[in-house]
Amino acid sequence: MKGVRHFPGFAAMAVACLVILYAPLVVVTVYSFNGSTSITTWGGFSWRWYTDVFTGPESARFAAAAWNSLSIAVLAATGATAIATAAALAMVRGGAFAARPATFALINLPLMVPEIVTAVATLIFFSTIGLTTGYLTILIAHVTFCIPFAYLPIAARLQGIDDSYEMAARDLYASRAQALRLILLPLMMPGVISGYLLAFIISLDDFIITNFVKGAGMETLPTAIFGSVKQGIKPNIMAISSMMLAVSVLFVTLSYLVNRIGQRTRQPDPARRTP
Amino acid sequence: MTDAIDIRGVVKRYGSVTALHGVSLTIADNEFFTLLGPSGCGKTTLLRCIAGFEDVSAGEIRLFGQDIAAQDPNHRPVNTVFQQYALFPHMSVIDNVGFGLKMKGMASAERRARAGRMLEMVHLSDFADRLPAQLSGGQQQRVALARALAPEPRVLLLDEPLSALDLKLRQAMRVELKSLQEQTGITFIFVTHDQEEALTMSDRIAVMSQGRVQQIGTAREIYETPVNRFVADFIGETNLVAARIDSIIDGRAEVTLPGGQRLSCAAGAATSGAGAHHLSIRPERLNLVAAGAAGSDLDAVVERVVYLGTDLHLMARLDDGTPFNVRLQNSAGTTIPAAGARVGLAFEPGAARLLAD
Repeated sequence: MKGVRHFPGFAAMAVACLVILYAPLVVVTVYSFNGSTSITTWGGFSWRWYTDVFTGPESARFAAAAWNSLSIAVLAATGATAIATAAALAMVRGGAFAARPATFALINLPLMVPEIVTAVATLIFFSTIGLTTGYLTILIAHVTFCIPFAYLPIAARLQGIDDSYEMAARDLYASRAQALRLILLPLMMPGVISGYLLAFIISLDDFIITNFVKGAGMETLPTAIFGSVKQGIKPNIMAISSMMLAVSVLFVTLSYLVNRIGQRTRQPDPARRTP
Repeated sequence: MTDAIDIRGVVKRYGSVTALHGVSLTIADNEFFTLLGPSGCGKTTLLRCIAGFEDVSAGEIRLFGQDIAAQDPNHRPVNTVFQQYALFPHMSVIDNVGFGLKMKGMASAERRARAGRMLEMVHLSDFADRLPAQLSGGQQQRVALARALAPEPRVLLLDEPLSALDLKLRQAMRVELKSLQEQTGITFIFVTHDQEEALTMSDRIAVMSQGRVQQIGTAREIYETPVNRFVADFIGETNLVAARIDSIIDGRAEVTLPGGQRLSCAAGAATSGAGAHHLSIRPERLNLVAAGAAGSDLDAVVERVVYLGTDLHLMARLDDGTPFNVRLQNSAGTTIPAAGARVGLAFEPGAARLLAD
């Protein structure tokens, strides 16, 4: 059978997709090294906008925003990963229970509900319970919507682990807790790390929900960038964007590599017996 | 002396499906005991009940007199060799072998020494620091054995441990397993669907089918005096022909075959003519004579002759259409009948067994 690449127009469509997806990113990255103040005309290679981000008039604002973003991303990813790991254990190893399909839908709800709806709902929720918007509300919101992103790789990994490992551990005098700690969690670790990295990156670049629940005077990097852009796009925004892009690429690559290494260290099953 | 394992009326239900219908059996200390049966017969379920991975729905499992049915697997002095070995992939071979000892609280130095001795026993001392993924299937198998034996369980459970190995290795491991069992003096309960494995290693065999034990006995008892049609058919090869019982006198039955032939045979467990019965005759217990001769018990037409060197395998058919196989030793005096030839089949009176369906 011929592959999909033999369909007429395949090459043209592929090129169009790549250009539409990546050309803007390339432009932003290239122009972040622009020597001139214009964002459209090339004025030679320069690091000046990167310097501007760290020492320019807006540097204090960006530094505070970056610190908020990073600390929230670390805390949100940690919280979401812990919850997602527990959820995956219950869903994959908890046997069949009546509410399992509903639970699965609930865990993954943030992926399906339009973000703006979640944002409005979350804001209403916080004001209803009388929680002042600020760092804490951003953190709570981030933990919530990061859970499905952490859950998916963890659950996928856990599904691939044969339950005979836990049985063998129990058979060899390990308690339930020991079997979990010494056998199952180490085997799940690539999925857990992968989930953590994904949750981290999702938290780091969230804008819509953050913008709703952040409260006055509180900025994360995406909201700070948005604030700057409203006064016109300066090349220093391109420099920040390029740095965020680099961090994202780094984390997604790490997540992918961790998963792949995990697959390699898994014990190759001797040919399965056909029943 | 107390039996190592005493299973009384064990029932296991999964929802509406019953996997074990009241299984009872006892296994003596130091015995190599095999649960043999086709897949789905309940042998693995029974093993998992003994290990503690499954709760029994009813019945008792006694280990050296103590009821263990309510104990968690980590409290049972029983270890398992899993079908796919289940070696912990993130631990070295020596840590795998020492895992059970560690969980039992043995100090590190002592544990390493003991795990090392176990590896010596299975000839894998040079592989102590490797990861399981760096070993061949046969080596993984032996690590799994060493790991299960290291904590000195009173009973070792083996769940089709040889099924993932190739034939040569499987045959070598049979001998090794049997000698390990004799060396350690531990009771082995071995689960398999491979009758050759069962016959070569076991002191006694329980043949299981559809969640019930059909027969328990030595290899010879099961092969030569099967109690029913299932056992006769499952163990080795046999010819089965429907038989109507005319009379039973002093353990001998007079029967009529579908083709009208009348025969005398051992009555076996049959006590009356009620119920359907089959006559079982092993192919190697048949001799060839001239068709219609005085010594011929049954006449048949040879359809195919398979020459196997030491053996000849004749595929024949009785007049009523029942297929009948004959195995002859290929000795100097053997005449090989041609396909299509009509021959007489003779057997000693004890070779034919009457079996209930």
